[in-house]
Amino acid sequence: MTEASGVLPDASREPPRSLRSLLFSLEIDTRLLGMIGALAVIWIFFNVISGGSFLTPRNLWNLSVQSASIAIMATAMVLIIVSRNIDLSVGSLLGFLGYTMAMVQAEWIPKTLGLGFDQPYTWIITLLVGVVLGALLGGFQGVLVAYARIPSFIVTLGGLLVWRGLIFRYAQGQTIAPLDVNFRLLGGGPGASLGEVASWVVGLIACLGIIYTLIAGRRRRRRYGFPVRVMWAEVLLGVLGCLAVLVAVWVANSYPWPEALARDYAEAQGIAWPAGGLFIPTGIAIPVLLMLGVGLVMAYVASRRRFGRYVYAIGGNPDAAELGGINVRRTITMTFVLMGVMCAISAAIQTARLNAAVTGLGTTNELDVISAAVIGGTSFAGGIGTIPGAILGAVVMQSLRSGMLLLNVDSPTQDIVVGAVLVAAVGFDSYVRRKAGG
Amino acid sequence: MTTTTATVPTVHPSAPRVPLVELRDIRVAFGGVHAVEDVTVDLHAGEVVGVVGGNGAGKSTLIRTLSGAHPADSGQILINGEPVEIHNPRDAKALGIETIYQTLALADNIDAAGNVFLGRELLSRFGSLDDAAMESATRKVMGRLNPRFRNFKTAVKSLSGGQRQSVAIARAIHFNARILIMDEPTAALGPAETVQVRELVAQLKAEGLGIFLISHDIHDVFDLADRISVMLQGRLVGTVNKADVTKDEVLGMIIMGKKPGEVTAKDIATLHG
Repeated sequence: MTEASGVLPDASREPPRSLRSLLFSLEIDTRLLGMIGALAVIWIFFNVISGGSFLTPRNLWNLSVQSASIAIMATAMVLIIVSRNIDLSVGSLLGFLGYTMAMVQAEWIPKTLGLGFDQPYTWIITLLVGVVLGALLGGFQGVLVAYARIPSFIVTLGGLLVWRGLIFRYAQGQTIAPLDVNFRLLGGGPGASLGEVASWVVGLIACLGIIYTLIAGRRRRRRYGFPVRVMWAEVLLGVLGCLAVLVAVWVANSYPWPEALARDYAEAQGIAWPAGGLFIPTGIAIPVLLMLGVGLVMAYVASRRRFGRYVYAIGGNPDAAELGGINVRRTITMTFVLMGVMCAISAAIQTARLNAAVTGLGTTNELDVISAAVIGGTSFAGGIGTIPGAILGAVVMQSLRSGMLLLNVDSPTQDIVVGAVLVAAVGFDSYVRRKAGG
Repeated sequence: MTTTTATVPTVHPSAPRVPLVELRDIRVAFGGVHAVEDVTVDLHAGEVVGVVGGNGAGKSTLIRTLSGAHPADSGQILINGEPVEIHNPRDAKALGIETIYQTLALADNIDAAGNVFLGRELLSRFGSLDDAAMESATRKVMGRLNPRFRNFKTAVKSLSGGQRQSVAIARAIHFNARILIMDEPTAALGPAETVQVRELVAQLKAEGLGIFLISHDIHDVFDLADRISVMLQGRLVGTVNKADVTKDEVLGMIIMGKKPGEVTAKDIATLHG
């Protein structure tokens, strides 16, 4: 080593050449990789401190369900922040939509229309009403931002008060419960999961999707004679991707139904209760499946559709977007429509999970959603942010909360830690960005 | 039987050619301030017209009515003698009018191909963005403009001034423009890149494009322009054939608003301080 001469002060600070060239060959987004690393550190930390109770199938399964509703909203929040806007109303809008959907399934369909409870079509009508209403209300806010030129901070601050106020006015403090039996499946819970076989099928489909994406991408670049990844890097990516999917499914399937539920099931099926207990794999929870579906669609929209390209162009340079012939106002309005739709889906998940609509539903969710997007690398300067990043951000946030809960950290301390982490993460991110010359 | 001669589109050899573009009596006001007042300029195919004037003379505002960035309050735009309506950049592009803005109008967070095709993306089946096709086309047009350009995968934010300029030019020429507007095209460039842009202008002119070259500096456009339209305080001072005037005379128009014949020896002495 030449340390004595002191001529290589910088080389020692850089990552090893081999790791660098490995990352270069893989062409992986290093920011995303950094976030996965940070998540791994958080998980291992909590696992060690809690004496091994964090990295259990049960806890990880719960973590996935708890992250789902925030992650779903964060995917749309990314697009809003990328196009230099903000939505502070999502928590209240979620509450309003959740309350309305509860009314549809528990009051209007069964009582007002006299169709009775727990009809097979109730859940889908309820969800449709929620999604359409979410799109309309989100779109209304979007029109105020894009066409009336009222700053989004103000419009959605107003929305935060208005939607919450409407809930209190009409609910009169009442909780609406119970909800439709099918609708409740949207909330997850061991009984509302895919089970072993379906989970493996989903996992296999995901693996095939990964492989197909890699092959199709390579073919497309080949056809135009562009440089492609080295073959081993391509294979390694595919193997790592599939492995991650299969491990996740395996973890979900390792979480058994709770005993009470399993006993009910055994009784209903006429199975004798075995001495060692009955192991029924839970599998992927339905809200998690929803989150994966939404994430996939939104990632596709953001990176492979015109609309997504326009959202990023507007964030990068609104004038350039306008001069390029992009309909900026319509695009901005659409981001708020999408946000409203995601609020409706998350509202369905949260009410279904509670099996009730309460007036405080979704309170302070806007902060969690914005934090998830920002921890996931979305920049308030506009133009930068990814959907997978935002989903990871939601998981990071939820991991912190659930880990601290496991350690019996009280709620005020949790808030202090999460707040500090948020600021530190954004500070670190902008430091790295500055250094990288971005 | 009577012959309907009026409908026969024959042009008498001695009749003046119909201009490719004519901006007629254009007027633009910003909140009561007249930025452009009753200005008329024209441009023929295969011709370069320099639009010059000091800061705030209204030359950019005038030309933005043609590019669709800011529609005129009144006046008429004719393409090949036909009146057209240009309300936004999309209308202009549909008429074959491409603009290279002084600011370049690039989305900094998007790569070269994304910027070249911004607003006119190529789509594959199912309506997805066909990034590979766009990159391929961009590589071709960049090969002609700037053969050493390699950064097709990075956001244009990290490119040099000259490279960014090439991207903006690539966007303007890729779509077979008939009319090209270049707003201060060499303002941010080094000497070598300036020469490149000049060569490109000459080449495009030879291909039959009409080019409006906008500058506050007469030296930028004098060599390239066939005619020069001078603006001062929102009004057109006059349009001259470059062959008929000296740089000093144009300078007199830019600064004093005097037509070439009106400029005295004393004025020229004043100009040179």
